Amino acid sequence: MKTFQCIVCGFIYDEAAGLPEEGLAPGTRWADIPDDWACPDCGVAKSDFEMVEI
Amino acid sequence: MTAPILILGTGLAGYNLAREIRKLDKSVPLVLVSRDDAPFYSKPMLSNALASGKSAATLVMKTAERMAEELDARILARRQVTAIDTSARQVSLQDGEVLPYRDLVLALGADPIRLPLDGDAAPEVLSVNDLDDFARFSARLDGARRVAILGGGLIGCEFANDMLARGIEPTVFDPAPWPLGRLLPEEAGAYFRAGLEAAGVVFRMGISAIGVDRQGATYRLRLSDGSVAEADLVLSAVGLRPRIGLAEAAAIQVGRGIVTDRHLASSAAGVSAIGDCAEVVGLSLPFVMPIMQQVRALAKTLTGTPTAVSYPAMPVLVKTPALPTVAAPPPAGLAGEWVLTHPEGGLEALFLTPDGSPAGFALLGAATSRKQVLAASLPAWL
Ligand SMILES: Cc1cc2nc3c(=O)[nH]c(=O)nc-3n(C[C@H](O)[C@H](O)[C@H](O)COP(=O)(O)OP(=O)(O)OC[C@H]3O[C@@H](n4cnc5c(N)ncnc54)[C@H](O)[C@@H]3O)c2cc1C
Ligand SMILES: [Zn+2]
Repeated sequence: MKTFQCIVCGFIYDEAAGLPEEGLAPGTRWADIPDDWACPDCGVAKSDFEMVEI
Repeated sequence: MTAPILILGTGLAGYNLAREIRKLDKSVPLVLVSRDDAPFYSKPMLSNALASGKSAATLVMKTAERMAEELDARILARRQVTAIDTSARQVSLQDGEVLPYRDLVLALGADPIRLPLDGDAAPEVLSVNDLDDFARFSARLDGARRVAILGGGLIGCEFANDMLARGIEPTVFDPAPWPLGRLLPEEAGAYFRAGLEAAGVVFRMGISAIGVDRQGATYRLRLSDGSVAEADLVLSAVGLRPRIGLAEAAAIQVGRGIVTDRHLASSAAGVSAIGDCAEVVGLSLPFVMPIMQQVRALAKTLTGTPTAVSYPAMPVLVKTPALPTVAAPPPAGLAGEWVLTHPEGGLEALFLTPDGSPAGFALLGAATSRKQVLAASLPAWL
C-alpha cells in the first residue's frame, strides 16, 4: 500500500485507510480512483498529486 | 514574436495558473516573475512543517529551473516588479528591464499586517508568509522554549499547535473573546480552545500586545491589561493585506484587493488578478480552493474560451491535529442562527437561515467526518 500527497496543499491519501467519507473504501488503490477525482482539501486534480515515501 | 502572457508572482496562484494554461495550450509564450527564488512549494505546509519534520529546503517541491522546464516558460526569479504601464502593455523591473505582455496576470499575494507595536524589539517580531520567512523563523526557533503568538486566527492557531511538536510552550494573545473568531461561533470557539489547551497551547483572549522590549536574550511583551509576558520569540499572525500597490499606482481599480469581475478581469484592459491580491466580485478569500477555481476559469479565458469563475461553498480546514476543525462560515450579514449538536468526541455547529436551510457550518473533532455531506448541502458562494 502506498501514500500520495497533494503537492498544492499537502493533503495525504493513504491507500490503506482510503477515504470512507468520500466513498473510497480502505484499500482503494490510487490507480483505481477515477481521473476526475479532486483533492478534498484544495480541489486540485488527481494528476497534480505525487507519491511520497513515508 | 508575439508578446507573452506575463504572470507576476509564482505562488500557488501564479504557478497553478501556468499549469492550467499549459494543459490547454502548449505553445503560447509564458513568462513568470517573482521577487523570491520562485520555488514551487505548498504554502499551507508552512504551518505544519515542524510536526512533519520539514525545513525550508525540504519544503521546496520544485526549483524555478525545474518549473521552467515543466511549464516551458521563462521564469525570472529574484526580480522585483516596480511599475505597470497598461497603455503600453509593459511592466518594468527594478534592474531596468522592461517586459511586454499580451495579457498580464497579477498574482502578487498579500503582505502580513504589522501591528503598531512600540518598544525596541518591535522590528524583531516575525511573521511567516513565505519560504524565506519560514527559514528565518525556524532558525530563530532553535533553542526557543516560550513563543508568544499575536493573533488567534487560523494561522496563529496552526503555528501554535505545530510548535507543540518541538516541545515549545506557545501562548496565543488576541483581543477577540475566542479563537478563530471569523470562522467559529462562540461555543465552538470555546470547544476549540479547550481542545488546544489540553494539548498545551495557552490562550490569553481579550488581550492585545502594546509593545515588545528586548530583555537580555529574551523579550518582554507589554499587554493591554497592564501585565507583561516573557518570550524567547514573538510571532505575529494578525492577518493579511492584499498587495495592491503596483495596481493602484497604475490606476487599476482597487478596493481591499485588486478589484475584478467574475472573469477575473481588472478595470484595465488585458490585466487580470488572482489569488491573495485579488478581490473577486467583492470577495477576497485568501485560500487555496478559491485560487484553484480562479486559475481554471482564467486559463480557459486566456486561451480563447471566456469563462466566469464559480465558487461552490468552500470549507476551510484548520490544520490543528490537537482538534481537527473545518469551517464554512455563512456569508457576512446573513440572517439566521447557529444550531449546535454534540456528537461523541466532537461538536457540530450548523448555521440555519430563518427558513431552516443550512448556510454555513463549523465541525470540530469527530464531527469533521461530516464535511463532504454538509458542504454539498450549502448554497454556492458565487
Ligand atoms: C502559514 C499559512 C498557512 C496556510 N494554510 C492554508 C490552508 O491550510 N488552506 C488554504 O486553503 N490556505 C492556506 N493558506 C493560504 C494560502 O496558502 C494562500 O491563499 C495562497 O498560498 C496564496 O497564494 P498566492 O499565489 O496568491 O500568493 P503568494 O504565495 O504570496 O505569492 C505571491 C507572489 O508574488 C511575488 N511578488 C509579490 N510582489 C512582487 C513584486 N513587486 N515583484 C515581483 N514579484 C512579486 C512573490 O515573490 C510571490 O511569488 C495559508 C497561508 C499561510 C501563510
Ligand atoms: Zn490538495
